[in-house]
Amino acid sequence: MTEVERHGFDVVVVGAGGAGLRAAIEAREHGKRTAIICKSLFGKAHTVMAEGGIAASMGNVNDQDNWQVHFRDTMRGGKFLNHWRMAELHAKEAPERVWELETWGALFDRTKDGKISQRNFGGHEYPRLAHVGDRTGLELIRTLQQKVVSLQQEDFREHGDYEARIKVFQEYTVTRVLKDGDRVSGVFGYQRESGRFFVIEAPAVVLATGGIGKSFKVTSNSWEYTGDGHALALLAGASLINMEFVQFHPTGMVWPPSVKGILVTESVRGDGGVLRNSDGKRFMFEYIPDVFREKYAETEEEGDRWYQDQANNRRPPELLPRDEVARAINSEVKAGRGTPHGGVFLDVSTRLPAEEIRRRLPSMHHQFKELADVDITAEPMEVGPTCHYVMGGVEVDPDTASSCVPGLFAAGEVAGGMHGSNRLGGNSLSDLLVFGRRAGLHAAQYAEAAQEDRPLVEQEQIDAAAEEALAPFSAEGGENPYGLHQELQQSMNDLVGIIRREGEMEEALQRLAVLRERAVNAGVEGHRQFNPGWHLALDLRNMLLVSECVARAALEREESRGGHTREDHPTMAAEWRRVLLACSLADKPVPGEGAIVLQRKANPAIREDLLGLFGVDELKKYLTEDELPGAEADLPPQRADTDAEKKSENGAEH
Amino acid sequence: MSYEATFRVWRGDAEGGELTDFQVEVNDGEVVLDVVHRIQATQAPDLAVRWNCKAGKCGSCSAEINGRPRLMCMTRMSTLPPDETVTITPMRTFPVLRDLVTDVGFNYQKAREIPSFIPPQGVKPGEYRMQQEDVNRSQEFRKCIECFLCQNTCHVVRDHEENKPAFAGPRFLMRVAELDMHPLDAAADSGLDRKATAQEEHGLGYCNITKCCTEVCPEGIKITDNALIPLKERAVDRKYDPLVWLGSKIGLRRG
Repeated sequence: MTEVERHGFDVVVVGAGGAGLRAAIEAREHGKRTAIICKSLFGKAHTVMAEGGIAASMGNVNDQDNWQVHFRDTMRGGKFLNHWRMAELHAKEAPERVWELETWGALFDRTKDGKISQRNFGGHEYPRLAHVGDRTGLELIRTLQQKVVSLQQEDFREHGDYEARIKVFQEYTVTRVLKDGDRVSGVFGYQRESGRFFVIEAPAVVLATGGIGKSFKVTSNSWEYTGDGHALALLAGASLINMEFVQFHPTGMVWPPSVKGILVTESVRGDGGVLRNSDGKRFMFEYIPDVFREKYAETEEEGDRWYQDQANNRRPPELLPRDEVARAINSEVKAGRGTPHGGVFLDVSTRLPAEEIRRRLPSMHHQFKELADVDITAEPMEVGPTCHYVMGGVEVDPDTASSCVPGLFAAGEVAGGMHGSNRLGGNSLSDLLVFGRRAGLHAAQYAEAAQEDRPLVEQEQIDAAAEEALAPFSAEGGENPYGLHQELQQSMNDLVGIIRREGEMEEALQRLAVLRERAVNAGVEGHRQFNPGWHLALDLRNMLLVSECVARAALEREESRGGHTREDHPTMAAEWRRVLLACSLADKPVPGEGAIVLQRKANPAIREDLLGLFGVDELKKYLTEDELPGAEADLPPQRADTDAEKKSENGAEH
Repeated sequence: MSYEATFRVWRGDAEGGELTDFQVEVNDGEVVLDVVHRIQATQAPDLAVRWNCKAGKCGSCSAEINGRPRLMCMTRMSTLPPDETVTITPMRTFPVLRDLVTDVGFNYQKAREIPSFIPPQGVKPGEYRMQQEDVNRSQEFRKCIECFLCQNTCHVVRDHEENKPAFAGPRFLMRVAELDMHPLDAAADSGLDRKATAQEEHGLGYCNITKCCTEVCPEGIKITDNALIPLKERAVDRKYDPLVWLGSKIGLRRG
């Protein structure tokens, strides 16, 4: 029998970034004993790296903004593949979630009248992102972290124990979700420091583990982003949707090699920065797709005027959604118009006074100066696409964030559906808050209902999980896990990257199958105490599973949409919008074959009143004939955007 | 451009350990953390090191490089002489767990001892109004990435285990200052005097403004000048602090 450290809680939250902490706070506020599992130290999660801001239609800078406009932008950004209900809840609830942070001590940048300032961002019609310079993620995580501490102080006053109702397990990693029959019964994992195993028994588990970027070579993601929650969900019997949609952020650093992929915030463009190729040309004007043509400036002059006068000018194309900008940069570089280090120029130095750049973009100024010897107030940056975000994730109920496995919830990047095929900048931090809260709330309610009949943890499952986790110590002539990881990253980067081709993805699947066989023999040296080689060997299982999901779904989807571009199927197909590709674990994986099975599911039809927020002409670009709203006789054949806007103002709930 | 460097890395655990030499390749533009990762990937897969973002934003990879407390991800190899050995040791103030990883629990314990933000009564969410110039000061302190290099460097606790129970350290005294300067913090209304607690409960009096904390801050926060000295000045109204008096005489502070 395996010796483990055992705990019992009502709700276990796996992940301590924005979504996890927000979920934990909600569960605790509903009186549930809550455990937070943190893969690294408390307060270091990937959320800390978010730069630009939190999208919420508070209308502080432009009072035309409201949830309907935010909803429309989100659906457009995701090319209408988004789950409409998630996009609706997100747009409606984001302002409350931001305001609430202020009551917990957050200090956002201010407008002149003392409200929360909001900045422009790609794909957002109005200035919408609440921000703190370019370190918004740090403010978010610190605020949530400090809120957790304040709840612990409350418990200390009442119970004499800081951890009476909410406890953070720092540097603990979950390797298995445990089940009692169909239901979740807890989690199993290891403590980094000692290498010892632990089990937390709990009826409700919230996955909030973030993304998968570490499967790619060039990424803005931190070491923790190994797809743990995605894999845990698959292994527990849940399904993942939209895994083919991976966001390549258009602007990552490209030089020096050791920092390749580190994010350069979209705020640089939101605040006036422009993209130029090696000919000095602002090339984005050449890349405005038809679906967005009416919304974007045709000349540099108009684009520049927009920063001052948004009512009478259209936005510059540098602020197109991220997928468009990333593809454009990719094309320019391929056409030989790239910079010496294979990127394009992003220049803010000729657009804003040096002092203003230092004030608005302090982290970027610091980052380039320290890491690349570039002074962004005096010279352009070199940037190129970097793997940034996965739109795909656990298929959840939009209102409750629950997966198809009873007791298993998911929120934040690990959940799928909210962003469709492409996420808008700023919609991630708001997503974390809105659905983190919902997951915590519904997990607490579920745990309450399960009090009478708590699921039990079976020893057999603990033993099996322990055996799996210890395997790397007994691997014969073990392969170096670092080497395997590098091969995986190279394969995904080369074969399932920003532009995809059928043959390459087939090759990727073959390579992944081989890597999975080899990963079984990943061996480690030394002992269990804080052993990074061992941790990586265990993470490889997760990265290989999610990589297969990405490759398999990408091969299946024969169209180009958002974060999925097929060179052999370059256009967007309305029929494909109705299809979601769902990945689940194969019953009996055959060695050398895939571990994942793919299933086509119907994308739920968008509610009629929400469709009414768009003009029919626009809807025709995305929907099939029979999906267009109502009978033609009921609606005027062409509904201008302005009419829709009037309607949305009248119907505003916030 | 590549060259071969000698890295001398402390390896061991709570029981003890020693410096171990590695010959390792260094490439153009790399930072110390890149080289440590190369050692991990090619020579010592179980070398324990904390890191997350590798972009100076999370504050995980704190260590002492040639004796100087720094973030490994923000220390470029080009700033170190190529022909000299690079020595990396764990932060000295905290107990070693393994190799370069230390037990930083002290900091999380201190964080809990600082009373949290107290929201103003009767101001609803969405109704908070603050001017930018009034939030600037606290915002500077909220840039803190909690790398704990200031805590590690502060001589009050660096070689004085006995001071740890009574002293919150610069990071958490700065947290007191941050809340004290927050335009809407309602501590005073609820009977909490943050300035007094800094002195009486969090050991502000131990600080003798040598500015070591400010010097090592990777975020460039002026911890001493902007947080600790103002806190001392406020506290001094209540309690005589000879160091503030001395500081004012020898020109360590302005105005």
